[in-house]
Amino acid sequence: MSSLGADPTATSTSTRRSAPGRSTAAGSARGITLLGGAVLPLLLLLAWQGATSLGLVNESQFPSPESVYLAGVDLGQRGLLGLYVAISTQRVLIGFAIGASIGLVIGAIVGLSRTWNVLLAPTLGGIRAVPSLAWVPLLILWLKIGEESKITLIAIGAFFPVYTTVAAALRHVDRQLVEAGRAFGLNGVKLFLTVQLPAVLPSVVAGLRLALAQSWLFLVAAELIAASMGLGFLLSDSGNNGRTDRIFLAILLLAVLGKTSDAVLGLFEKLAARRWS
Amino acid sequence: MSTVLSPATGLEASTLTSTRIANTADSVSFAGVGKSFGSRTVLADVSVEVERGEVIAILGTSGCGKSTLLRIVAGLDLPTSGVVSIDGTPVSRVDSRCAFAFQEPRLLPWRTLEANVSLGLPKKTPKAAGQARVRELIELVGLADSAGHRPREVSGGMAQRASLARALARNPGVLLLDEPFGALDALTRLKMQDLLLDIHAAAPTTILLVTHDVDEALQLADRVVLLGRNDDAAPDAGAGIRSIVTVPGARPRDRSSHELAELRAELLEGLGIERHHG
Ligand SMILES: Nc1ncnc2c1ncn2[C@@H]1O[C@H](COP(=O)(O)OP(=O)(O)OP(=O)(O)O)[C@@H](O)[C@H]1O
Ligand SMILES: [Mg+2]
Repeated sequence: MSSLGADPTATSTSTRRSAPGRSTAAGSARGITLLGGAVLPLLLLLAWQGATSLGLVNESQFPSPESVYLAGVDLGQRGLLGLYVAISTQRVLIGFAIGASIGLVIGAIVGLSRTWNVLLAPTLGGIRAVPSLAWVPLLILWLKIGEESKITLIAIGAFFPVYTTVAAALRHVDRQLVEAGRAFGLNGVKLFLTVQLPAVLPSVVAGLRLALAQSWLFLVAAELIAASMGLGFLLSDSGNNGRTDRIFLAILLLAVLGKTSDAVLGLFEKLAARRWS
Repeated sequence: MSTVLSPATGLEASTLTSTRIANTADSVSFAGVGKSFGSRTVLADVSVEVERGEVIAILGTSGCGKSTLLRIVAGLDLPTSGVVSIDGTPVSRVDSRCAFAFQEPRLLPWRTLEANVSLGLPKKTPKAAGQARVRELIELVGLADSAGHRPREVSGGMAQRASLARALARNPGVLLLDEPFGALDALTRLKMQDLLLDIHAAAPTTILLVTHDVDEALQLADRVVLLGRNDDAAPDAGAGIRSIVTVPGARPRDRSSHELAELRAELLEGLGIERHHG
């Protein structure tokens, strides 16, 4: 009888037991993904080292890994490296926080109300079409070369991805669910918090992730043109002085910072997708 | 002992009333209700009086406007003409005296079944009483083992039972059920029908039940309303009430009685299915 496999308790315990096994499997799979992702950068590093030590490239045009490292140590000893990284990160985080918050609010208004959608969406679409650098002269005139001009530019960059994803996601929330919420007496803010907001949370996090990436883009745009500190300034300053080693250093740092912050939000995105859908 | 079966069958009347709040039932009056979407008329001149505590089954072919009619009662949609009144007051917006179990379960995917059911609780229910009521209802519909699951982790039939429990949690004056047992297997379906009858016997609320199943209508309803277009009407006319049949006998009814067989044939004919003459 039991050999027929019809014993329900046996199956349920085996499913329960397989759960931790599955999570270790997932853990090692993630380890393999991480290692796999490191293969290409390591190969590039090797090729880079090879090309420079074999003299295949001109050192002043294409510095060796060692000289880039030394440029980093040198800047670090002068206290500039930490300062530049810190100030750039700070600008990105503040600008991102401001832009994303406004994007959330405006996105919610435009996504929920047909009237506001009609009134605001075309104008915002037009503003969005303006290339980021076009704002720079105006921001400098208005806000001088202080922090405000850069943070404003980054906020503009962070605003649009959040605004567009939130507005679109709210417009596409399952109408039947919203109607069910209404049928059970929910409306206004309560309906928003109970049905619409949880329904769009995964898209909101995805929008935030895009916005953060965009913030780094806009940071460099702002610092290249109008700054006396930061990684963008390091780029433009080294460009003027012909310091390719420092340019390489700044590019590598931007890659690492951008990728790290993106990975953190990517983690949130996965959590949100699991919890809220 | 019926330990083999799910808890839905062996229920006692006492569990039904233990945490029940007020015992309410409202009358529903349809007066010349019509509904058009653009130029398309779906319902025309639906008029019927439903008494307090009555169980009405609504039968009709697919697309004839059954769900639309229930949505109008709930105030989720407004009629193009005529009025629906609950207990004498016209319905003009979402009405808190109604509870709706939709044709689809419509559960919030990010909430557990238990949390979904608690969405149905009336406003201002004290927390402890609400929790007790939700747990009781979950048990009644046989979902005690899955209370903590998310909707996508359970079967369609289980989700539909959770949706029924959510509507019951409202303790409504008018219970609107849109094919509530559609996704259930035959056995669970019969059990849920009995459960509904038990609930109704313990607390006789007014029930409007849409169904495709003539036997279900005959088993559950005091009266069966056949919705549809009259044969001689224009092809673009809306559906109205073709006939209202009072079902004889007290519930639970003998599913095999001769009288019901005769009614069943009559209703099936009304739905467009010819009698087979042996
Ligand atoms: N919002 C709407 N806009 C336009 N037409 C609609 C709308 N809602 C319903 N209809 C139309 O009204 C008619 C009746 O729909 P309804 O859902 O009430 O049918 P039903 O009798 O419940 O059918 P079923 O048995 O298949 O559930 C259908 O032809 C449908 O296309
Ligand atoms: Mg329907």
